[in-house]
Amino acid sequence: MIPSKEKLLEMYRKMLEIRQFEEKVYELYGQNLVPGTIHLYAGQEAVAVGICANLRRGDYIVSTHRGHGHCIAKGADLKRVMAEILGKKTGYCKGKGGSMHIADFSVGILGATGVVGAGIPIAVGTGLSIKLRGTDQVVACFFGDGASNQGTFHEGINMAAIWKLPVLFVCENNLYAMGTRQSRVMLIEKISERAAAYGIPGVTVDGNDVLAVYEAAREAVERAKRGEGPTLIECKTYRHKGHSRMDPATYRPKGEIEYWLKKDPIPRFKSKLLEMGILTEEEAKWIEGEVSRGIEEAVKFALESPYPEPEEALKEVYV
Amino acid sequence: MREISYRDALREALREEMQRDPTVFLLGEDIGRYWGGAFKVTKGLAEEFGDERVRDTPISESAIVGAAVGAAITGMRPVAEIMFGDLTTLAMDQIVNQAAKIRYMFGGQAKAPLVIRTPFGGGVNIAAHHSQCLEAWFMHVPGLQVVVPSTPYDAKGLLKTAIRNDNPVIFCEHKLLYPITGPVPDEEYTLPFGVADIKREGNDVTIVATLYMVHKALKAAEELEKDGISVEIVDPRTLVPLDKETIINSVKKTGRVVIVTEDCKTAGVSAEIAAVIAEKALDYLDAPIKRVANPDVPIPFSPPLESFVIPDEKRIIEAVREVVY
Repeated sequence: MIPSKEKLLEMYRKMLEIRQFEEKVYELYGQNLVPGTIHLYAGQEAVAVGICANLRRGDYIVSTHRGHGHCIAKGADLKRVMAEILGKKTGYCKGKGGSMHIADFSVGILGATGVVGAGIPIAVGTGLSIKLRGTDQVVACFFGDGASNQGTFHEGINMAAIWKLPVLFVCENNLYAMGTRQSRVMLIEKISERAAAYGIPGVTVDGNDVLAVYEAAREAVERAKRGEGPTLIECKTYRHKGHSRMDPATYRPKGEIEYWLKKDPIPRFKSKLLEMGILTEEEAKWIEGEVSRGIEEAVKFALESPYPEPEEALKEVYV
Repeated sequence: MREISYRDALREALREEMQRDPTVFLLGEDIGRYWGGAFKVTKGLAEEFGDERVRDTPISESAIVGAAVGAAITGMRPVAEIMFGDLTTLAMDQIVNQAAKIRYMFGGQAKAPLVIRTPFGGGVNIAAHHSQCLEAWFMHVPGLQVVVPSTPYDAKGLLKTAIRNDNPVIFCEHKLLYPITGPVPDEEYTLPFGVADIKREGNDVTIVATLYMVHKALKAAEELEKDGISVEIVDPRTLVPLDKETIINSVKKTGRVVIVTEDCKTAGVSAEIAAVIAEKALDYLDAPIKRVANPDVPIPFSPPLESFVIPDEKRIIEAVREVVY
């Protein structure tokens, strides 16, 4: 089922927003304006956007260390995300979380965890909460290929399966867990096959095709709302940059990046929209310009924001 | 006043809070209608509240605690049971990195009002994987509150507070306490965190004791009284927050202190309490601080071995005699 024109354009815009945001973060990092490290989402935009396009404001997501894209797709304010990444007082977590821990509970972003796979049981609990409260919400849980080797993957998905919880388990398989290629740590190619072990549907989709991701998520959301339980959606994708900012990604074989750049989800979606007659080159330029202005505003806001008072470090440990 | 067991007191707290608040629910291994919990604390609750709210889980400690975290941050008040305190190790990331930090790390946006109930302690000959006291580990993690009730009265009042509390709480029970009976009023009550209880008043020496050690200390005090030694027993009841004031005031009064806990001595609960006393009341001490705790060994199985390791009345009495000179 193809989404409406408005929805398609909104999805395109979100993907551009994530890409430009990440390119800007990369640039700011190079200027020593970003403390710590960063894990960029560039290249994987179709996953976050394809999934979140099926979610309402009241639905939830659980994110990861590579989470900027998830948060932007779910509706986070670019200014406050950028301010958090820069460690500013105006950031979502008032500078206590940083790049790896963005959250906005007001739009259902239940936070990004820095521990690989740790979000899975939390998403299960969110699904349980939805079931016990009797609402029609759903929760999407993002994690990577590496996380699927954690015990939490097994414990969490099994638990969601037996209780038929409204959870979308979204495995973003970008081929590498840090520097470790998937084939070195599992003997299967499709992580979605693991769903069979829990008696739930598992699908593998082209994670660089936003409409394929959208369709898989749509079916999973419907299934969840019918009370039939979780789905494991594996999105095959690729991160354009290294694992973190300092990683030159030399472990990648020659030609691999070029291969994946040809599959870049953004030009692909743009061609598709042009082909469908939903977008014109002129409109595309206009959207790009608007997105870029939004990013500049976010950067300006973040740069001009003050750092938190040092004593703030002692607050909010307990309620 | 009526007397009920520690086990029944805990069950009453759970029942009353579930009746009062529909967001309270229980989850854990074999806590439901088929077993009622390994120590029968939740027996009968599934029949009363249904299988949805008294939820049997797979043997998946990490997912049990993680599920409690996820439910807690989205409007529920889960009470998770981990069948043995030793098995909290399997859920350590969810407890330490997720539950404890979710509020702080996200700048105060979230709260995680969950309780993890779990029995610690030895004395029942089930060896190294089912007998440890690990409370000190959790004291070391900012964001967690740690509760150590020693009587039915404390257990009920503190569990009700723990459930209503908006912070993640590690609620430490003790296997030997479950059958112990004591007065518990019929009427509703709760007990505040961070308020120690003086379990026995005295003038010559202070014993700070937790969980089952409170009862051993009480017996030791009776023996010591025969020799004219007046013992004051302070039960902190919650380790985080810790009522330092009551401990310090007692030490100032007696000038002598023995700390009795069932965990390993090194970096244990007694180490923190000793440090607090040393920092705040050193000038009032007439004798060195004495600690009675487990030697740094795993809990052994065979009865003579286990009895040797876990502090008993005899060791407490000896320690008191060493500081009362």
